[in-house]
Amino acid sequence: MNLQTPLTNDVIAKLKAGDAIKLTGTIYTARDAAHQRMYEAHINGSTAPFDYTGQAVFYAGPCPAPPGKLIGSVGPTTAGRMDAYAPDLIKAGLKVMIGKGARSPKVTEAITQYGGLYLVAIGGTAALMAKCVQSSDVVAYDDLGTEAVRKLMVVDMPLVVAIDSTGGSIFE
Amino acid sequence: MREIPTTKIIQTVAELCIKANIHADPGICSAIKQARCKETSTLAKSAMGVILENMDVAKAENMPICQDTGMVVVFVDMGEDVRVVASCGPAQEVKPKSLINLAINEGVRRGYRDGYLRASVVHDPISRKNTGDNTPAVIHYNIVSGDNIKITVMPKGFGSENKGGIKMLTPSSGLAGVEDFVVDVVRQAGPDPCPPIVVGVGVGGTMEKAALLSKEALAQMFEKNTDPVWAGVESRLLEKINALGIGAAGFKGNTTALGVRVLTYATHIAGLPVAVNIGCHVSRHMSAVI
Repeated sequence: MNLQTPLTNDVIAKLKAGDAIKLTGTIYTARDAAHQRMYEAHINGSTAPFDYTGQAVFYAGPCPAPPGKLIGSVGPTTAGRMDAYAPDLIKAGLKVMIGKGARSPKVTEAITQYGGLYLVAIGGTAALMAKCVQSSDVVAYDDLGTEAVRKLMVVDMPLVVAIDSTGGSIFE
Repeated sequence: MREIPTTKIIQTVAELCIKANIHADPGICSAIKQARCKETSTLAKSAMGVILENMDVAKAENMPICQDTGMVVVFVDMGEDVRVVASCGPAQEVKPKSLINLAINEGVRRGYRDGYLRASVVHDPISRKNTGDNTPAVIHYNIVSGDNIKITVMPKGFGSENKGGIKMLTPSSGLAGVEDFVVDVVRQAGPDPCPPIVVGVGVGGTMEKAALLSKEALAQMFEKNTDPVWAGVESRLLEKINALGIGAAGFKGNTTALGVRVLTYATHIAGLPVAVNIGCHVSRHMSAVI
């Protein structure tokens, strides 16, 4: 199934855990350090330096781009480490999370309550996934190096629906 | 006394860092190929196909297999008839400030810079500022006989490292207690450490010795255990772990682990330490003798 970001509520509602999809469009990388800052901004009532409302966040920190390439190897990191922040960010409007591994019951609860989606990529397949990236620009937290937020344009990124909007999960 | 210049150590470590991150371990590769043939879950079988394809792409494009190019663990077998001599002075702040320590860290710095590998190390576990060059490495020295230095570089990703565990069992727990703990650690890890995994187990010694053995076990994953009793334990643990049904990428099926390796050491009359170090399907290690 080929899907285009941003994913609408109608599209998300039709997806079921276990569905294999190919995602095209804009996604944002953000992992541990960026999440901590996004969360702190949310808690303090300030605005994060990029608008993740309705967007897809990719839990990833790429390798440096070698000469002649747009980006280095880039694949999903363990999503569970973002569980401390995810429910509040979903409540604040984050729609789609892309990572690897299991999520906490609180994340599943937030996904069902606010109509979110958790997609997984195959961990450790980062050289292959880098080929899906058509552009990469740092848009926030540049000082974090690999953990900075990057706006990526991806084409046909292969993913599997891990937790759907009704709370159905491939891990149960 | 044989003299080895620091430049030789720097160059060797830099090359090992780059090669280990780009070239998949042949043992892992053939284990995945075999497991894929026997896999019953369609999604997991397809995931293993993607994992193998990624290894080919990494090699062809000269890119790291995984973006988590790890914290570098280095095992040094240092011949007692070797003396390291300065050939150029990399000015760095490392502790202890020995020539070999300086040289290994300089090798890591150059390997990660020249190989376009990710800098994933923060200088302090709480304030967490990235050191920018993936140093310092975690280095373990063994003094051995002879006039060579053997260096093994293991870039260790933390998706899998975070999922390890250690327990100070007591003697009455016996082998059953050891096996239960190992299986429990893998069950708790679930789909997070990038299965199919490899499982390094250290049994005996003291707390830190068991942990160290479990790490060393990852670098000897597909070597045959010469002790028939422990070889049997390895096979039984592999069966039990694969019966958990976590599967490649967490997509269920019968391939959760590709191998289990147990290393043991003498221990105290009151103790039975057991440590489990999980390696992902990109588990990396490469050695060179100088």
